[in-house]
Amino acid sequence: MLRNIVNCGVPDDSGTHSGRKIALETRNLSRAIEGKMLVNDISVQVNQGTVLAVVGPSGAGKSSFLRLLNRLDEPTEGSVLLYGQDYREIAPRELRRRVGMVMQSAYLFPGPVAENLRFGPRQQGRDLAAAEIDVLLEQVGLEGFANRDVLYLSGGEAQRVSLARTLANRPEVLLLDEPTSALDERAGREIEALLTRILSDQQLTALMITHDSAQAARIANRAILIEGGRLVCDGTVSEVLHAESALP
Amino acid sequence: MLNQLFHDPIALTAAQAAGAAGFALVVAFLARGQGIQLQREAGIALARGIIQIIIVGLLLTVVLTSAQWLSAFVLLGMMLAGAVIAARRTKHIPGILKVTTRSILLGAGLVIAIMVILGVLDRAPATLIPVGSMVIANAMNTTALALDRFRAEVEAHAGQIEAGLALGAAPVAVTAPYVRAAVKASMIPSVNNLRSLGIVWIPGVMAGMVLAGSDPIVAAIYQFVVVAMLFGTAGTTSLLCTLFVRTHAFSPAEQLTLRMGEREAE
Repeated sequence: MLRNIVNCGVPDDSGTHSGRKIALETRNLSRAIEGKMLVNDISVQVNQGTVLAVVGPSGAGKSSFLRLLNRLDEPTEGSVLLYGQDYREIAPRELRRRVGMVMQSAYLFPGPVAENLRFGPRQQGRDLAAAEIDVLLEQVGLEGFANRDVLYLSGGEAQRVSLARTLANRPEVLLLDEPTSALDERAGREIEALLTRILSDQQLTALMITHDSAQAARIANRAILIEGGRLVCDGTVSEVLHAESALP
Repeated sequence: MLNQLFHDPIALTAAQAAGAAGFALVVAFLARGQGIQLQREAGIALARGIIQIIIVGLLLTVVLTSAQWLSAFVLLGMMLAGAVIAARRTKHIPGILKVTTRSILLGAGLVIAIMVILGVLDRAPATLIPVGSMVIANAMNTTALALDRFRAEVEAHAGQIEAGLALGAAPVAVTAPYVRAAVKASMIPSVNNLRSLGIVWIPGVMAGMVLAGSDPIVAAIYQFVVVAMLFGTAGTTSLLCTLFVRTHAFSPAEQLTLRMGEREAE
């Protein structure tokens, strides 16, 4: 319905137009629980290096959509393709390493920061060297924090560790589920600046849920709008934010 | 007081049972004043308890004097009943009856079999069934405690568990701290029993043997054997049930399925 009132054309960075590889694609992706559609028939393509903002009102199904992308939940219909391969053909642990996720809360494991960073690589039998830990901590602006107990971190510091922990896995696609929403304004701005720099430096493909229109405009180069579990607009950030503002 | 009123042994026992049950009901009614609704559950449990134990008493008079092979069937029946009861106590875990049945059959069955083979437990039904029932009851309680704690830990730490899964970890790795907590919690009663043995607690086997005229030292050592056996059962069953339940908390695609309701929104 919204497509009739707002111009949400094919985004300018779709794979065939830009010549870049399609990193992640969803085909008719749906998830229903007890008859209720949380995610309803979403098909979207995300090119390598694209930062896609996922916007929409609370309860629209944005987090449910994101959780399907690294298979934390199972779709009831449709599928996800990672670089053209159906993700059911990829072992779940390998898929989750390649499609990293930063959640709203940091959910750090008890113990030192360094152990949190070592956790992911260790699952693949790779032990992070101290120098690699220092580089990761430097990337997120936490130099010298390796031996600090996570108990004594502020919310912003914990979220930085969570980001570094995900980056330690060298993901190909990054899923960001409102990574700044649980933080105060200053810490949120710092994390946003950090994300902008890391995404740009590493040319990472990312999907980021945000309720902050200005943040979406600053970080993303494309956006989608989800409402009632459905994809109602897919276009440039300004088009999608305009469509969002037109929602009842 | 009661023994002055009742001279017939059966009437006296019935009066003693009524007195004990009456006291339990009074406690349940007093708890009501604190907003704890126990009276209905206590009433049903007491009625069930007296009926069950009388039936068992009647059956025991037959079974204890019967052939040894019959003991195996009686113990098997007890294990299956224990599995059903433990499963009822641990709700919200899919396929839980399978977990409790395998845990109790293997845990209690293994301990009883080893003790019989080693000669620690006499094969005579008069020994095997009562002591075996203690082992099974302990396995049942441990299973229920361990599973309940595991479920509570997993639900309380769903975020950490999913964060671990999202980093490519296996369910075994992300649930390890919660399995340890569940095993530890379920072992507390058995550890306490072992620690307090003879100090704040003179258990039934020893008391019964002494009352029946056995040497108190022999009775004490046998009681230790039983309590140590119960400790072994608790450890075995707890480890087994937490091992089995892990597969029921995750889907084949290693998604956490044991959650407080499904996420319906953001």
